[in-house]
Amino acid sequence: MTESNPAAEPSGALAELRDDPSSRKRFLRMAGTGVAGGLAVMLAACGSSEDNSTSSSTPPPSTPEPKAPSGGGDDTAGDLEILNYALTLEFLEADFYKQVIASGLVKDKMVAELAKAIGASEQAHVEALTKTIESLGGKPVTAPETKFEPVLKKGLKTVLETAATVENLGAAAYLGQAGKIKNKEILAAALSIHSVEARHAAALNMLVGRGFKGGSALEGSIPDGPFGAPMEMEAVLAAVKPFLA
Amino acid sequence: MTIKTTNPELAQIQVEGMTRSSFMVRSALTAGALYGTTAVGPFVTRALAQGGGDLDILNFALTLEYLEAAFYTEGVKKAGLSGENKKLAKQLRDDETAHVDALMKAIEGAGGKPVKAPGVDFGGAMKNEKAFLKLAQVFEDTGVSAYNGAGPAISSPDVLAAAGSIVQIEARHAALIRLANKDTPAPDAFDKALTTEEVLKAVKPFIKA
Repeated sequence: MTESNPAAEPSGALAELRDDPSSRKRFLRMAGTGVAGGLAVMLAACGSSEDNSTSSSTPPPSTPEPKAPSGGGDDTAGDLEILNYALTLEFLEADFYKQVIASGLVKDKMVAELAKAIGASEQAHVEALTKTIESLGGKPVTAPETKFEPVLKKGLKTVLETAATVENLGAAAYLGQAGKIKNKEILAAALSIHSVEARHAAALNMLVGRGFKGGSALEGSIPDGPFGAPMEMEAVLAAVKPFLA
Repeated sequence: MTIKTTNPELAQIQVEGMTRSSFMVRSALTAGALYGTTAVGPFVTRALAQGGGDLDILNFALTLEYLEAAFYTEGVKKAGLSGENKKLAKQLRDDETAHVDALMKAIEGAGGKPVKAPGVDFGGAMKNEKAFLKLAQVFEDTGVSAYNGAGPAISSPDVLAAAGSIVQIEARHAALIRLANKDTPAPDAFDKALTTEEVLKAVKPFIKA
């Protein structure tokens, strides 16, 4: 890759994606085409520097301007971006539990029931988000191709630890978007999902013996002490990248 | 507060949540009947009487956090908790106390006056571990739904961020207490939002003026 003005560089996940054409393509495919989906818009925005290195001296827009869907205003476009981002994460989670259950790794009845219940919740989130996006005039992103085989190969302990980490990530992701949602109904729905992700996270962390405090913001039943920590979209996308094909 | 619902899918979630969680409200009320007194403290009225949206909500939240902090503080001393459950109760006591402090500062920072801590009476819930954990579950589930219900009515992004970071911990508490009760940590795919009135109804048996 051509070196360019560091001050103009997007950082973290987006930079990595920009620098990796194959992964960028996957994200674009995942995010669908011609939608107001946040991923597609963000990647389109930061991908321009790839085609012409001189253009990288122009800072990427800090706030991407998604095209408003038919019948929607700016607020709706922003909310749709958040909903599609949430949908992507829920697709990932739902698929993970499907694969975990299908793998036959979980022998313990209680743990199997928990995995099934959580998986069913994630699927319900996928369906609710999909319908909500459609009813707002947006186009739901398609399910990403996932890559959980390496996790599954490592056995039950790694599987449950990964589940815990992904749930903590989900909770942090929703918390990171709460203040950005304009529509109060969508906020209400996001809050009702956010606390469920937090419940999953706490239960799974306890199950894998992480106790109250974790080694990072994504571990532990109560990882951040009395106050949950939000994560920005970019950091969340970087964290889930290993699970995407 | 009432959220106008123009989105049919979300309406469905809300209705679904309402049906399911009416069970939760019922159990909260039952717990109240079992454990509590029936007097409505003027404290509760005070919590609602303050003018000005976000401050009202913050004081309402402070009321709930006072109640929870007092509940765990007393429980750690009196409920005969042992081992992991005592450890859990201490952790939750510390978290709820931190929520009280943070909310008081937030209210003062916004130019408001924090409500005072209410008198409490947890009745039979302090008799033994089982009774204590049962009421703890009601408090935590109700706390989650209280914050989720109030969230959309919050105007300030800062206040919403603070409330969000607290409700996430309440949800984690709820899951851990439910596990201690050998109950499912997340009973629904969508946590219910309770109105202020519903929450107050659930907690007022434990508040003495």
